[in-house]
Amino acid sequence: MNIIVVGLSHHSAPVEIREKVAFSPNDMKRPLRQVLDLPDIGEAMIVSTCNRVEIYATSRNPDAGIAGLRRFMADFHQLPQDDLQPHLYDYQGEEAIRHVFRVSASLDSMVIGEPQILGQIKTAYGYAAEFKTVGLILNRFLHKAFSVAKRVRTETNIAGNAVSVSFAAVELARKIFGSLDNKTVLLIGAGEMCELAAKHFINNGVGRVLVTNRTFSRAERLAAEFAGRAIPFEEFPEHLHLADIVLTSTGAPTCILDRPRVEKVLKIRKNKPMFFIDIAVPRDIEPQVNGVPNVYLYDVDDLQGVVQANLKERHKEAKKAEEIIDLEIGQFHAWMATLQVKPTIVSLRRKFEEIRRGEVEKTLRNLKHVDQKQEKAIEALTSAIINKILHPAISALKEKQNGEGDNFVDAVRTLFALEGTAGETQFKPLAVDDEGLETDQPTPDQSQGAK
Amino acid sequence: MSINILLYKITLLVYLAATILFLVDVITRRVKLGTIARWILGGGFLLHCITLGARYFATGHVPVVNLHESLSFFAWAVIGIFFLFDFKYRLDILGAFSCPLALALMILGAATTAPTPTVNPALDSWWFPVHVALAFLGYAVFALSFVAAVMYLLQERMLKSKSFSGLYYRLPSLEILDNINYRCLTIGFPLMTMGIISGAVWANSAWGGYWRWDPKETWALITWFLYAALLHGRLTIGWRGRRAAIFAIIGFLCLMFTFFGVNMMLSDLHSFNALEGR
Repeated sequence: MNIIVVGLSHHSAPVEIREKVAFSPNDMKRPLRQVLDLPDIGEAMIVSTCNRVEIYATSRNPDAGIAGLRRFMADFHQLPQDDLQPHLYDYQGEEAIRHVFRVSASLDSMVIGEPQILGQIKTAYGYAAEFKTVGLILNRFLHKAFSVAKRVRTETNIAGNAVSVSFAAVELARKIFGSLDNKTVLLIGAGEMCELAAKHFINNGVGRVLVTNRTFSRAERLAAEFAGRAIPFEEFPEHLHLADIVLTSTGAPTCILDRPRVEKVLKIRKNKPMFFIDIAVPRDIEPQVNGVPNVYLYDVDDLQGVVQANLKERHKEAKKAEEIIDLEIGQFHAWMATLQVKPTIVSLRRKFEEIRRGEVEKTLRNLKHVDQKQEKAIEALTSAIINKILHPAISALKEKQNGEGDNFVDAVRTLFALEGTAGETQFKPLAVDDEGLETDQPTPDQSQGAK
Repeated sequence: MSINILLYKITLLVYLAATILFLVDVITRRVKLGTIARWILGGGFLLHCITLGARYFATGHVPVVNLHESLSFFAWAVIGIFFLFDFKYRLDILGAFSCPLALALMILGAATTAPTPTVNPALDSWWFPVHVALAFLGYAVFALSFVAAVMYLLQERMLKSKSFSGLYYRLPSLEILDNINYRCLTIGFPLMTMGIISGAVWANSAWGGYWRWDPKETWALITWFLYAALLHGRLTIGWRGRRAAIFAIIGFLCLMFTFFGVNMMLSDLHSFNALEGR
């Protein structure tokens, strides 16, 4: 059995194509059923987000399975084959496993490390589980993908640094002030960006908000929204020393804050650091202000620069994530390999033979006066017993090789504790929710009710 | 090789391992390594305690008499103080900066394993270990403040110039670094003060005079004034951040000169030779 993937994403197709092949979340049953009815397809699930549409499936005959899925993608959405085919990519075997692991770990996302994709795949898996189009392999596969994504998130810093300008400002403030509790933010002007950044600051625990604006009523309105205090525009210089973080976005044609003023304010503050964020264009704060000790001034371009640096850092972390994925692919591949019938029969025979041998030797050691002939008879007797017991099981395995073989193989491996399965084959169905990560792969403690 | 020297060398190797792990952790940001490094460093610290104990029983004096012993004690104190701060802040990067310092002291110490010294009986009093232990604990605390100050300047540089290297992501906030600096000052300064006072008392009992203006005493006093100025600046006129960090660095360099420079370049009552009665 092989895992196959067919789909398209922002890497391979423009939005005009992506929107045409999207699957509606309200109507997942029909396409899932149709995929399952395709020849050569064993299990299937469909992921459909605004950046990617992908079908994950299992197939005995991967090439035929992929061809079928490719055709299905166009047929289902009534698109001409020629329009769609160039945008579709497909993977099978190890490459398919890697692809799904990378997608769930958000390595394939437009913004690397963005957290939504994992939730979207969980939802997609949830539909497939609901309509029973996934079985042994995809169940195990998706659980593995979720736990890989979790590992990547906890062991790398892939989602660690802000990739939006307004959030980058919050992070910079953290690098300067540590905790933002008890810090005061002063908003000068009330642009949209400024408001957004202010919201981020408030959500991250800033203690107090002061608002000033040339139109006092607007300042009052904003102050009310943020549970802060409005200050008349003419008076804001007197309140400047109260602010740790100053956000400016006025429409003023010239600078409203210059270096001497800020130097004076710092003296009043006994050099407590100040962080100025100037979102206005033209700028509100004289660039020389950055030269005052313990003052940090960032304008829009600076913040963009921070975002770029953060993205670079994410790409570095992504390399580490790829290493984790390589490791996990190996493990999953090993499990897939155990699902093959022949090796299972071999190890089943070996196991029985080992048991027989051990018991016979034990008995012979305890029996005295056993001559060679009798010994041979015992050997023959025991061999005959295990062969008789094994015969129907082995024929069943061979017979089911092309149908539900995987389930049989897995059951046999579990029942007789053949290596490659120990303890790993049991898992609860996954509860699909936003923080469903914790419900992956129950650990022994959890199953014993440690919760 | 006596047992305590063997132990010393093993301790050094353990510190080396911890240092490498901390550095790899910070460079490649593999957080698990930091935890392992801490365990190894903790093991090394215990071993170091045993080493000092073994030395004490082997020589019969508190092991701070010659250069080797002092360096060992100094490194021990640096690691100990690191753990105190790590307990509160848990910063891998602090380990990556402090461990190499302790390691350097240990390597210097390994290069100076002289035969077991005997203390000049005239100087053998209980004031002696008290004086030296206080002084070195102060050194160690100031060493940490030096480390935090270097980290502060690096981080501040990046925030001001808006160009971030990988280090930016590993370093903690300026606030934390400044805070460590301040705490070190408030712990190190009293230790140093008591060290100087106990030294004066000891000198009085040994030589019949509290202060003799030998070069070491003079340099210690200069350093003391530097740190006093910094403490005063911080408490009353709001010195902080960059200026405080630069002061802490200068202070520590003075301290190191007081320790190494005076011993090696200028001969006086404080040299180890005088201590050993040669």
